[in-house]
Amino acid sequence: MAKSYKHGDAGRPRVGLFVTCLVDLFRPSVGFAAVKLLRAAGCDVEIPRAQTCCGQPAYNSGDVKDTREIAKQVIDAFEEFDYVVAPSGSCAGMLKLHYPTLFVSDVVWQQRARALAVRCHELVSFITDVCGMDSVDASFDQSVTYHDSCSGLRELAIHAQPRRLLASVRDLRLSEMCDADVCCGFGGTFCIKYPEISARMVSDKMANTEASGANNVLGGDLGCLLNIAGALKRHGSKIKVYHVAEILADMADVRAIAEGEEPK
Amino acid sequence: MRVTSQAFRTRAAVALKNVELQRAMAKAKGGFVDKRRVAIEALPEFEQLRSVAREIKEHTLSHLDYYLERFESQVIASGGHVHWARTPAEACEIVVGICGGVGARSVTKGKSMVGEEIAINPALENAGLEVIETDLGEYIIQLAKEPPSHIIAPAVHKTRDQVTDLFQEHHSRYGYNQRVTEIPDIVNEARQVLRDAFLSADVGITGANFLVAETGSTIIVTNEGNGDLTNTLPAVHIVTASIEKVVPTLEDATAILRLLARSATGQEMSSYTTFSTGPRRSTDLDGPKEFHVVLVDNGRSQMLGNEFHEMLRCIRCGACLNHCPVYGAVGGHAYGWVYPGPMGSVLTPLMVGLEKANHLPNACTLNGRCEQVCPMSIPLPKMLRQLRVREFEQRLTPARMRWGLSIWTYLARRPHLYQPVMSILVRLLEILGRKRGRFRYLPFAHGWTKVRDMPAPQGQTFQRAWRQSGDGSRL
Repeated sequence: MAKSYKHGDAGRPRVGLFVTCLVDLFRPSVGFAAVKLLRAAGCDVEIPRAQTCCGQPAYNSGDVKDTREIAKQVIDAFEEFDYVVAPSGSCAGMLKLHYPTLFVSDVVWQQRARALAVRCHELVSFITDVCGMDSVDASFDQSVTYHDSCSGLRELAIHAQPRRLLASVRDLRLSEMCDADVCCGFGGTFCIKYPEISARMVSDKMANTEASGANNVLGGDLGCLLNIAGALKRHGSKIKVYHVAEILADMADVRAIAEGEEPK
Repeated sequence: MRVTSQAFRTRAAVALKNVELQRAMAKAKGGFVDKRRVAIEALPEFEQLRSVAREIKEHTLSHLDYYLERFESQVIASGGHVHWARTPAEACEIVVGICGGVGARSVTKGKSMVGEEIAINPALENAGLEVIETDLGEYIIQLAKEPPSHIIAPAVHKTRDQVTDLFQEHHSRYGYNQRVTEIPDIVNEARQVLRDAFLSADVGITGANFLVAETGSTIIVTNEGNGDLTNTLPAVHIVTASIEKVVPTLEDATAILRLLARSATGQEMSSYTTFSTGPRRSTDLDGPKEFHVVLVDNGRSQMLGNEFHEMLRCIRCGACLNHCPVYGAVGGHAYGWVYPGPMGSVLTPLMVGLEKANHLPNACTLNGRCEQVCPMSIPLPKMLRQLRVREFEQRLTPARMRWGLSIWTYLARRPHLYQPVMSILVRLLEILGRKRGRFRYLPFAHGWTKVRDMPAPQGQTFQRAWRQSGDGSRL
């Protein structure tokens, strides 16, 4: 554990959980799973109230001014913590790699953005790489396949960590799909701007998921998972979709993404 | 070449439904990706080479004037000529002028993307010259009257059956009436037809993968040997090359050559790597009597030092195209100009104007696979995002997107308003979607529900659920 940061009670690091807008709105269970995992990893977790979105929709649409304002809001809300953790590679990557580039002509905010960036992590890589966790107390008697979301994989090098923890889940069988590292076609606003291309990309992902023989597909970014689950359901697939944190936190008793009360 | 990038959406939709195209693309994609991976895995010093190559290019670009002038003086010293063209029109005028000066009637061409960029073929044809492409892929699409759909595999969108049909249609006038269906026979027939063209051409035009400042040499890499026949048989050899192709020394060129073919086709080296230095000397047995290099700027000098500077490192290997899932889905023609895929989505708006191509930087998920495989480590996603910044500043973003975005950012910047508004919205959606767990249709989300269901939210926002749980007592 980095020693230079002030710690909470009994030397436990204070973690500010950046919930992300999609988890906040669509799937709070991922937020609760994140809290559970962080506590199991020895952290004190707090949820700053003044959080909404990391600013990616504006940032990836070329709206620098609004992105900067949102970034300032996030920095304000989170800089008091030892660590900032998000259950999403793309939002964590935004805080960690992109915020510092927003303030090239503003020394003060750039300092603050950089200071936050070094303490910012994606959930699964944080509990493994920083907290040293190498197993979880969970069971899941199912076969699963894992989709590597692009930002987590390429910006934050998240690949082995979720697999290492999944290997410790009792009864879980991991069956890798082909092209696990190829984009699912979500891409934020891309999927609504170019639905036909996105549909083609997610149909490749569905085919690879099905070919893996797994009954469940897991991933670390809710955007991709909403896309994959929505497409699987549209095509009548029985494969279930969960955020990897839900499985690792032994909280798979919630309904899978896009599952209704009467599964069809 | 007419720019049709603004029709990207329509062209992409057509491409997605084109069975033949999809078959051809599916076949090509795996081949390129797997072969590159094997080649890179067999090269432990890949990352080192990559940073060396990057340094060579960056050094050259920061002294570009010096190295171009040095190149020019070396070409002149070896008996050749150098011409400077600011625009495609100037470049075409120079090339047509050279051909006219020697009374040329027919021209053979090696594959050249700069040739496509400046649209040299129509310029030559308008001047009454016969132009024959000699790279097999280029030859196929010349017969089909189509532009290339890939920068190293111009006819990658064609299936073998389509090529057979084309040959049958165009080769009967040379007496080839047999329908050829096997690849060796197809290649052989093209070779026979092209042989006469090689022998009778007055001028040969090639591109250049590198210009070497210390020797005044131009280098091309090919797999068919057509480049060699194009630049040695005719009396005049014209090289069209863009200014960023220059490197200081032969050693620099060979360092980057080690990356080029591996990244492109997965070969260690292409079958032919051909160096041209000046015209035929008195002791040479063959070679052209005249050697011309036309250096094309076309906006590149404007990119030096600006936010798109790093794009000038591009060596046109095509790895970004081969690894781009969007390119893989729609093929090259949807992009509507000369350069497709990630590198094309950066270059096209810069060369033809953002207002004519602002779809291209948007038609990307920013998944980063292109940057990961780029041998020159060009931050393509960053540049595509930068073009979106320009688009937003120039108010080219479609009005609906702009409105949606401003509502979202208005709320996102006001947590005290955002949270109650979202709580109500999410509650409402949960009630409506509870039974099925998803929506087949949602107003204002047509782009989503057109092709996939929208998962219903769980019902409460996390923020609200967390406060109600009394600091996570639910756990």
